[in-house]
Amino acid sequence: MAKLIKTRVEVEGQVSEEWALVERPKTIPWDIEQELNVVGKPMPRVDGMARVTGAAHYPSDLRLPGMLHASILRSPHAHARVLRVDTSRAEKLPGVRAVLSRNNAPGKPWRRNCPLFDEVVRYVGDEVAAVAADNPGIAQQACRLIEVVYEPLPFVLDPEQALKPGAPEVHAGGNLLDGEPTEYTRGDTAAALQAAEVVVEGVFETPTQLHNSLETHGSVVEWEGESLTIYDSTGNVHGVRDRMADWLGLPKNRVRVISDYMGGSFGSKNNAGKYTVIAALLARQAGRPVRLFLRRNEENLATGNRAATRQYLKIGASKEGALQAIQLRSYIAVGAYTGWGASVSGPVQEMYACPNVHTLEYSASTHTGPPSAFRAPGYVEGMFALEVLMDELAETLGLDPLELRIRNYAREAPGSHLPYSSNGLLDAYQEGARAIGWEKRQASPRGDGAIYRGIGMASQVWGGSGGPPSYADIKIHPDGTATIITGTQDIGTGTKTILTQIAAEELGLPVKSFEIEIGDTQWGLYSTPSWGSMTAASMGPAVREAAADARKKLLRLAASYLHTAAYRLTIQDGIVRGVKRGKPVEKPLAEILDELDNIMIVGHGSRNPNPTDVAINTFGAQFAEVEVDADTGEVRVLKIAASHDCGRILNPLTASSQIEGGIIQGLGYALMEQRLVDPQTGAVINANLEGYRVPTMLDVPEIEIRMIDRADRAINNLGAKGLGEPPIIPTAPAIVNAVHNALGVRLHTIPLTRDRVLQALDPS
Amino acid sequence: MTKIYGIAGEAVHLRVNGQDYVLHVAPIQTLAEVIRSELGLMGTKIGCGMGNCGACTVWLDGKPVYACLTLALDAIGHAVTTVEGLAEGELSALQQAFLQEDALQCGYCTSGQVMTLAAFLAENPQPDPLAIRHAMAGNLCRCGTYPKIVRAGLRAAGLLDEERVSKS
Repeated sequence: MAKLIKTRVEVEGQVSEEWALVERPKTIPWDIEQELNVVGKPMPRVDGMARVTGAAHYPSDLRLPGMLHASILRSPHAHARVLRVDTSRAEKLPGVRAVLSRNNAPGKPWRRNCPLFDEVVRYVGDEVAAVAADNPGIAQQACRLIEVVYEPLPFVLDPEQALKPGAPEVHAGGNLLDGEPTEYTRGDTAAALQAAEVVVEGVFETPTQLHNSLETHGSVVEWEGESLTIYDSTGNVHGVRDRMADWLGLPKNRVRVISDYMGGSFGSKNNAGKYTVIAALLARQAGRPVRLFLRRNEENLATGNRAATRQYLKIGASKEGALQAIQLRSYIAVGAYTGWGASVSGPVQEMYACPNVHTLEYSASTHTGPPSAFRAPGYVEGMFALEVLMDELAETLGLDPLELRIRNYAREAPGSHLPYSSNGLLDAYQEGARAIGWEKRQASPRGDGAIYRGIGMASQVWGGSGGPPSYADIKIHPDGTATIITGTQDIGTGTKTILTQIAAEELGLPVKSFEIEIGDTQWGLYSTPSWGSMTAASMGPAVREAAADARKKLLRLAASYLHTAAYRLTIQDGIVRGVKRGKPVEKPLAEILDELDNIMIVGHGSRNPNPTDVAINTFGAQFAEVEVDADTGEVRVLKIAASHDCGRILNPLTASSQIEGGIIQGLGYALMEQRLVDPQTGAVINANLEGYRVPTMLDVPEIEIRMIDRADRAINNLGAKGLGEPPIIPTAPAIVNAVHNALGVRLHTIPLTRDRVLQALDPS
Repeated sequence: MTKIYGIAGEAVHLRVNGQDYVLHVAPIQTLAEVIRSELGLMGTKIGCGMGNCGACTVWLDGKPVYACLTLALDAIGHAVTTVEGLAEGELSALQQAFLQEDALQCGYCTSGQVMTLAAFLAENPQPDPLAIRHAMAGNLCRCGTYPKIVRAGLRAAGLLDEERVSKS
């Protein structure tokens, strides 16, 4: 009997409340010592074959009969009034089937009270019009025929400049989001800083990081009467469905969003995109399906980013290294068209046992592309500043940097004083230190000619509790095979595989008897979006509950068939085994079901709420060894040792892939990734994969992973926490701290491009 | 007399994965576009369209090329192989190795990775990890599968040292 509850949802540092329907749990967490059959094993992906043969169809591969190709006309100005849009020449081009601009598009607001095509454009790349045509070439050519008269206006790119009086306004009402900074206080930071025996401070700058998933953003959209089907490269099918239904004025059951295989997100595909609604309007106008996928340069302009920050950080401590006070004032350049900026204050508030903390955060609109979540939003930025300054504190105190971290280990959640459900941080420090060879670290720079080596480390904290609502069904077919039905997504993490493992473990059927459906709002059930490291810890328990429900029903069925009691039976490897009147009985489930004609068993499960009397976090540490060439400024990362506590590891093979992936993105953030905007025009100079440098095969260090694989029995029936985001958080500061160890110079701005390293070595 | 191909001229003959095709292509069309739009072989992906990511890697006479930088007309008279043509019905040793080593995540770059690595291994059956990395430097992966791609290459070559990457 389902019960309606209100549950606290924490995602990406933001807390909200949501209703959920939950069942009385049928499962209890597995014992920590219990050897499981399938869960916890390094199983290859169940859908790997399709991906490795090119058989998997991604949304950008879809070709529907009669499909048109669409292209968007984008503003060349960072800020301008759009005086006139004349699409007449474009409309006349042979092969053009639909044109959309402010002249004919609905004026309903899309974001921040602005319509799809506004009277003002607010960043280079802002959408002005769109065309659907027989092929992409004609669509692009038609866009060039659209005549637009702009009146360029002054623009602002820097977040602190944007907050000065007289700065050009991105949106009416001022550039400071919410009209005021976000403030957090515990204790009395000003007094504690005054009283502190040692104070260190610094100004830290982090770049705008661009996701550059290999599959760009886009949708294929098809109307059937008043029903709409959207094939979207997204990590949030239900969010897209709801937004599109709402904006287009359609009932939810007439909008279907499908995203099975998709080519990466990293947070950029968390919400409905403008390209989807534009495609829908073009498709309605033309009476044909429309494909609108962004090109790589558009991807670097308009699809979200990790916001650039400037952080003014001050730490006060005792001579023994006990943290007394942390003060953080941060400026975040959120771009245009958003009311949201990722908070960078999480690490300072949560990482260490510091009694006095004050954070003041200014999120400022700027005339640049809108932001989106990017893998551990805010925590990557904030942990960089915190952990680099912590190393400087250690140096000032003459303390080993790792020892300083350990001395400030938080035994309970610093803000709420709740006990942690589990905390493997101290073990992570130990394992990582061992793996990198921390004892061979030199306190001061040691070079061999121009080559210097160094070792550094950084801590990690993050959420990862998952939570309701998420639902799953499991259908057992008359031949004993099963289908797991969910509405979740796989953004590359291996969702289908871990959910299959969980179902197989609980149901007692072999892995190969399962199929699993994801990414379809029509057949699936509501699932958490694939953000916030939520999927495994939210969908996993729901699938286990569904499997337990199905198992219960199957055993009752088998008991009736075998004329014994259900409690005397088990299912393992697809075979029903047990006792009947004192004698052992055994029969394959498939045979039982085969004799029962067309009986259908459906198990249902929901994600139950998290306990509220504990703090649920993931923890970890990374250690980096680097080599720096003082002549060229080149930094080479030799090795990263990573140790994270993410609860029970459901599949060590896919888990290690997530860890490596996060580390490599963190390495890119530290050494090479930055969106470069021309201050004269506001144009993105490196809007392609040649100029925006993402790590290649040659940038990858040796990576040693030592997971603290320990089930957390307090949190959910799997004992698992999220793990997608933890691994990107400590990488950049670990690398920068290693470079500081190698060279002895302060490095407060990333990426550590060669010119920055050389500049730090020789400021003249 | 200059031969004129394309919509203004003759149909072109392309040989892809051992099959012969007769197509009308525009001179400006790339091999990547033609493989996908005309032949419906979607395994070859277009990640950037300008030779910066390697997702479109196919073979021309067994040598890896970026299909987005190859004109369809330039493939006339050559054998084109895409990821779909790599294995006959069952997986090649390298594709198996990709699965076993989990050398894929979202999978979008995977076709290109497999094509480049398979061609490299055909020429270098006993590679060391550094040689593999140099050969693969032109195939981007944003998900970060690089370490496992190296392992997959070594595994396919029978050279993998069974050292565990992940420890508890």
